[in-house]
Amino acid sequence: MATASVVNRREFLKTGAAGGAALVIGFHLSPDAFADQAEDQEKKTPNPFDAWVRITPNNRVTLVLGKSEMGQGVYTSLPMILAEELCVDWKQVHVEQAATNPKVYDLGTGGSGSVAGSWLPLRRAGAAAREMLIAAAAKKWEVGADTCKAKDGYVVHGHPERSFRYGELVESAAKLPIPNLNSVPLKNSNDFTVVGHDTHRFESRAKVTGTAKFGIDSRPPGLLVAVVARCPVFGGTLVSFDATKAKTVPGVRDVIPFETKGRGASTTGGVAVLADNSWAAMQGRNALEVKWDEGPAVKESSEELHKQFLANAAKGGKVLRNEGDADSALASAGAKKVEATYEFPFAAHACMEPMNCTVQIRPDGAEAWIPTQAPQWAQAVIAEAAKLPPEKVIVNTTLMGGGFGRRYQADFVMEAAQVAAKSAGKPVMVLWTREDDMQHGFYRPASYHKMQGALDANGNLAAWKHFQTSTSIAAKWSEKGMDDPGLGEFGSGATIPYVTPNLRLEYTHAEASVPRAWWRSVEHSSSGFVIESFIDELAAAVGQDPLAFRLKIIGNDRKIPMFQGEKEPPLDTARLKGVLTLAAEKAGWGKPLPKGQGRGIATFYSFNSYTAAVAEASIQNGAVKIHRLVYAVDCGRPINPDGVRAQIESAAIYGLSAALHDAITIKDGRVEQSNFNDYSMPRINETPLTEVHVVMSKEDPTGIGEPGLPVVTPAVCNAIFAATGKRLRRLPIRNEDLA
Amino acid sequence: MAISFSLNGKSQSVDVSPDMPLLWVLRDTLNMTGTKFGCGMALCGACTVHINGEATRSCITPISSVAGKKVTTIEGLSADGSHPVQKAWMEEDVPQCGYCQSGQIMSAAALLSKKPNPSDADINDAMSGNICRCGTYQRIRKAIHRAASSMAGKAHSAA
Repeated sequence: MATASVVNRREFLKTGAAGGAALVIGFHLSPDAFADQAEDQEKKTPNPFDAWVRITPNNRVTLVLGKSEMGQGVYTSLPMILAEELCVDWKQVHVEQAATNPKVYDLGTGGSGSVAGSWLPLRRAGAAAREMLIAAAAKKWEVGADTCKAKDGYVVHGHPERSFRYGELVESAAKLPIPNLNSVPLKNSNDFTVVGHDTHRFESRAKVTGTAKFGIDSRPPGLLVAVVARCPVFGGTLVSFDATKAKTVPGVRDVIPFETKGRGASTTGGVAVLADNSWAAMQGRNALEVKWDEGPAVKESSEELHKQFLANAAKGGKVLRNEGDADSALASAGAKKVEATYEFPFAAHACMEPMNCTVQIRPDGAEAWIPTQAPQWAQAVIAEAAKLPPEKVIVNTTLMGGGFGRRYQADFVMEAAQVAAKSAGKPVMVLWTREDDMQHGFYRPASYHKMQGALDANGNLAAWKHFQTSTSIAAKWSEKGMDDPGLGEFGSGATIPYVTPNLRLEYTHAEASVPRAWWRSVEHSSSGFVIESFIDELAAAVGQDPLAFRLKIIGNDRKIPMFQGEKEPPLDTARLKGVLTLAAEKAGWGKPLPKGQGRGIATFYSFNSYTAAVAEASIQNGAVKIHRLVYAVDCGRPINPDGVRAQIESAAIYGLSAALHDAITIKDGRVEQSNFNDYSMPRINETPLTEVHVVMSKEDPTGIGEPGLPVVTPAVCNAIFAATGKRLRRLPIRNEDLA
Repeated sequence: MAISFSLNGKSQSVDVSPDMPLLWVLRDTLNMTGTKFGCGMALCGACTVHINGEATRSCITPISSVAGKKVTTIEGLSADGSHPVQKAWMEEDVPQCGYCQSGQIMSAAALLSKKPNPSDADINDAMSGNICRCGTYQRIRKAIHRAASSMAGKAHSAA
């Protein structure tokens, strides 16, 4: 069975490319799923350090992968694509994590883009290797290549059949020119034997035996563990500290103050307590006496932010999109008008593996072990702290105990790099506690939405107006800051699939010192809830069935260009209606339910994938009880359908955590929550039976890690409305809103 | 002062601060990293081990309280991943990120040792102390039922 060994760069060079014959195909994994791959290929020399296909004489096929595994399954789905074109059993494919190379552009792992972006490059790489092996065999047999074919790791020819194993062909194949990757023949998808078939995860065995190595399991010899005291108030700074007591804790070796700077920092730095083990470092931090200048953010609170939201909504925002005249349509007599507001708090990623980063800096080079979605950024951060050129920094990307966007950040890397730079060559792991993770994150923005809609006498959508104010991600990250128009905060919510002649979107940024960034499904987590709840309210206002109403106002089959997103593929209403209809059919839409239960539906387009969910829910003992979830998903061609189902099941629970439980609230400039007692998670007893129906599409694959999330909460809240007549418009759902 | 206990069937002695939690003795002193740190307050179950056969949160268990007892960690559940719970976990493809799964598996194995054929309610009771942020709960439930069936089958054939 394949094992999930993560081989580092040096070992790889020692045992791989440098030693003996190997067929090596370099190819580039495009960061942009829908870039013109041919153009990309021409512009960039295929770079062997980005990703390699390597076949050695012992028939071992290795994919050196620039993507990180955080649970989303790329260690399985990407080798499957390669194995398909290469005509090998996918279990023969091994995965090695690529080391970073600053000379190669590498966007890291995020945006639900790994499979979509790798689909064509991996197919071409596999096909190129296959064609070279066939050519080598044909030459040996002195027959035409077109009379030979690849089969299960062999090239075969004639009757009776003769064959060469791939390993036997490697040496001669490696001397042949690499075919033009843009024109190499690809397999007919009707002949696929790997892609589209349920496949067990590559690294399961390591994960059920405790042998899988996460970042937190890094143990370079001589490791010191550092636990950091940080100002609890966002933006606060260190005034002074007294380490006397901390240094009396057995095992504590050093106490080091440090600074972190720039947009990527979650704090201004802190005081690190370094010890022989994690426990001693934590005890040392507890014993540390620190004075902070809490700074101006100490006045901020969720309550104050809510007031800011209301004031912004009263003023109206910057117009982002304006078609027809929504205000006149809303003001016109005779139209049926609906107005509602929706509100979201900050949300934390709460990856199960707390943030950690291990760095060793020596005068001549540095090495790091990091559970990161962005190894290239991590490398740059360490290089800067170490005052070394990036190529002198080796980043070993480890398995991640959850990513969800949190590990796209480099704040914890910055901390480790700063501390390691002051640690005389010793390896240092900066280890966050759960409390550190809750209180120093990059949170899903808090937002407030005012929705207005009008329906004409025929029940058509006469006007749609969506005002949003939020602590925008763009203001935190973009160079232009406040100049950002705010479209990014709507995502595909700026391109509603519902037909209306009068459409207006407005946005106002709300100020907060709370760091924000990309939380699973990002702006779609709020856009999906707001739009799909409000559509349900409109359907109810005209007494129409929520499914029939959606299908009617989605209208004809057509492709809607994404608003100001020309590079993105258009929204195909036929595929959207396809998942709506499929989910409804599988859920038994319209069939009676037990007394007290209701059914709700929602659909959304995000990460170029189409999802719909039907929820069955009721109120039990004063709380929401979800009895069943039925999903339909069209993410293009599913590589590993069971992996697709797993991602949807996962996104549903992640979404429900923010619907039923989680809120990060701010008081006196700091996070009020600290651990899983006050930022609680759904547990097994709250998990509804979830069915996922995957459309076996032949379109190119699109995102799957995130698209399951935006529909779950509106489906559940719409089900509660169907059951009780109560509308839930603020998250997380409070019991008082159910009473 | 040295504290002795049985670890995965072998005697083990450690010389650490008596209030140091078992979790950190395992991870940092003994370099057995299969048991995971998630919360430090017995809220998430990532650190679950067996002490005298009981599922126990090692993050709040002082090493002094372990003296003379039998500790089993994920590394000791089976030599080769062949425990029925581990096999069921692979067959159902339970793990995603996998970080919480050592703890989930130890909780499930303890449940099955007491209740060989658990009901869904039994599973809820035994497993609701274990958080999975990837939300693999549905597959965890299926895998526990699968492991129960396979263990029942073995017991039957052995009889």
